[in-house]
Amino acid sequence: MDADRVRAGTAVRGQGPVVSADADFAQRPVRDGAGPAVDVHGLAKRYGEVVAVAGVDFSVAQGEVFALLGPNGAGKSTTIKMLCTLARPTSGRATVAGYDVLSAAREVRRRIGLVFQEQTLDDQLTAEENLRFHAVLYGVPHDRVEPRIARVLDLVALSDRRRHLVSTYSGGMARRLEIARGMLHTPRILFLDEPTLGLDPQTRALMWDDVLRLREEEGVTIFLTTHYMDEAEYADRIAIIDHGSIIALGTPSALKASVGADTVTLGTDDDEAALASLKRVGYTAVHTEGGITVFVDDEESAVGPIVSAAEVPVRTVRARRPTLDDVFLHFTGREIREQHGEAVPMFARAHGARRR
Amino acid sequence: MTAVSTRTPAVAAAGTGTSVPGELRVVAMVWERELIRYTRTRTRIVSGFAQPVLFLLVLGYGMSGLVGTTGGFTFRQFVYPGVVAMSVVMTAMFSAMSIVWDREFGFLREMLVAPVSRASLVLGKTAGGATVAAAQGTIMLVLAPLVGIRLTPLLVVEVIGIELLMAVAMTTFGVFVASRIQRMESFQVVMQMLLMPMLFLSGALFPLNGLPAWLAVVTRLNPLTYAVAPLRQVVFSAQDMSAAARARFPTNVTILGHTLPIWWELAVVAVFALVFFVLAHRGLSRTE
Ligand SMILES: Nc1ncnc2c1ncn2[C@@H]1O[C@H](COP(=O)(O)OP(=O)(O)OP(=O)(O)O)[C@@H](O)[C@H]1O
Ligand SMILES: [Mg+2]
Repeated sequence: MDADRVRAGTAVRGQGPVVSADADFAQRPVRDGAGPAVDVHGLAKRYGEVVAVAGVDFSVAQGEVFALLGPNGAGKSTTIKMLCTLARPTSGRATVAGYDVLSAAREVRRRIGLVFQEQTLDDQLTAEENLRFHAVLYGVPHDRVEPRIARVLDLVALSDRRRHLVSTYSGGMARRLEIARGMLHTPRILFLDEPTLGLDPQTRALMWDDVLRLREEEGVTIFLTTHYMDEAEYADRIAIIDHGSIIALGTPSALKASVGADTVTLGTDDDEAALASLKRVGYTAVHTEGGITVFVDDEESAVGPIVSAAEVPVRTVRARRPTLDDVFLHFTGREIREQHGEAVPMFARAHGARRR
Repeated sequence: MTAVSTRTPAVAAAGTGTSVPGELRVVAMVWERELIRYTRTRTRIVSGFAQPVLFLLVLGYGMSGLVGTTGGFTFRQFVYPGVVAMSVVMTAMFSAMSIVWDREFGFLREMLVAPVSRASLVLGKTAGGATVAAAQGTIMLVLAPLVGIRLTPLLVVEVIGIELLMAVAMTTFGVFVASRIQRMESFQVVMQMLLMPMLFLSGALFPLNGLPAWLAVVTRLNPLTYAVAPLRQVVFSAQDMSAAARARFPTNVTILGHTLPIWWELAVVAVFALVFFVLAHRGLSRTE
């Protein structure tokens, strides 16, 4: 697993995938090989005059959470559709779970779970009936159907609503049911097209808990699209897509680092003395409005040493790293449209979840 | 991590994808969904019953005075099998056309992306539509005594058999039409421009003898004609009818003076069903 990551060039910030995911992979049959979960070369799609996807290249390692981030009309859904064999690429090549999306479409479909941007539940059926239908469509063995249904409903905390008609579900519940359904047949890769679109921040956070738990407990690779900046933070790696082209790709921290350094700002009893002490031990620091601003590689690990290096009593500490908004702005020259003022608590959650 | 103990061993992604039992399970599941949806929408059952009843009242009682009785046989009795056929046809068509809804509400996608044969989906849909339509047609049998039609156990079995064949044909036809329709608004148009003329020109509501030549030709080209005639024939054969009444209300289709035997008529319906099964399968197999 870790070997895969390294080969695919996925340096994840230290924490890596959780242990259980590794164990799961060890148990998995190796018939689909240990190659990347998704491998894409020069993939392009035109609709008449419109170039929806203009030749993209990327590779997603097994067990990774990979996010395609971009504004409306960037080509996210089109990319997912091509990977899921629902749209024919105009040119280029893509393999999913080791199978070519064109020549082995059925093999691909059998190994993926898919949650569309639009809802695809039958709301005249109950949750359970929707899931049973799906289990049959994907040939889940008879004796596995009931345990799987119980398990995925449990994962998304909808067990107590299993016999309710989907028409009585809220938008967020329906969305989570769709994710459960996407996981029902134990896919190798789960594709989620804007899974949290239109959900309130709380439901979005819940849904992310679901998704990360799935990765943890079932070792599934997750490929998702979003245009919420704060949401992309959950991903191991992010590809920023705009006008059909990938304009940046990397871990959230690497992308932010490419935009600018992290900063730690101190308020002290004696700013002049602090500045002098910090410079003496080699920090790059300047006097700013809030006190002394120090430029560092990684604000989290730097705070402690900086406070002690200041050698004067420190009153306040503020650490800041560039946000993905800065990244998007940097690469596209404009801001992504959606507002995300409610992002902060989720951001905190994200870190909490990953640190476990 | 506690997850380790609760985690199930990785299941092979999709065990029985292309196997025959797997596909049969799909057919059964699609069929089951059709039944669930049918029994859950009471309005559909009620309107599927009320509309033919309305026709029976309007035509059976309204026209009876005009047509009069022939050897004790009323127009009401004549039109009754046609009205039963009508309820079967409309229910089958409606059930098949629900694919347009499935497209609108996305569920069609869930079915089409699955690693299963499209033929299984069409087969399940057809079986479901046929079951529901035959059930609806059979509910209509409760009206028989009121209209003066005598039912025997054999007749009921025969009627259900013919209803099933008729419903299969109309469902495959409906699925084909639905596969060509992208928008819900087109649904009403199709129902009015296609289904109503087919019903009216099938001999369901008037005898096929003594028609003007052009109308005779049109009715003979209408596949529904060959489904309505056998139904009427089995119903009439169980009644005590005078020779005069039989002459007044013939049941079999005649083409250029030849009277088609019932098996031929049923064969025409079966071929129609088969052709539209293939077309429906093709219609659903197109991708972006
Ligand atoms: N079936 C289609 N026919 C014609 N053009 C299409 C089709 N599907 C997508 N496009 C065009 O391709 C471009 C990319 O669309 P796509 O749906 O992939 O965007 P997206 O990134 O998913 O956007 P959103 O965030 O709004 O979902 C758009 O300009 C769109 O108009
Ligand atoms: Mg989209």
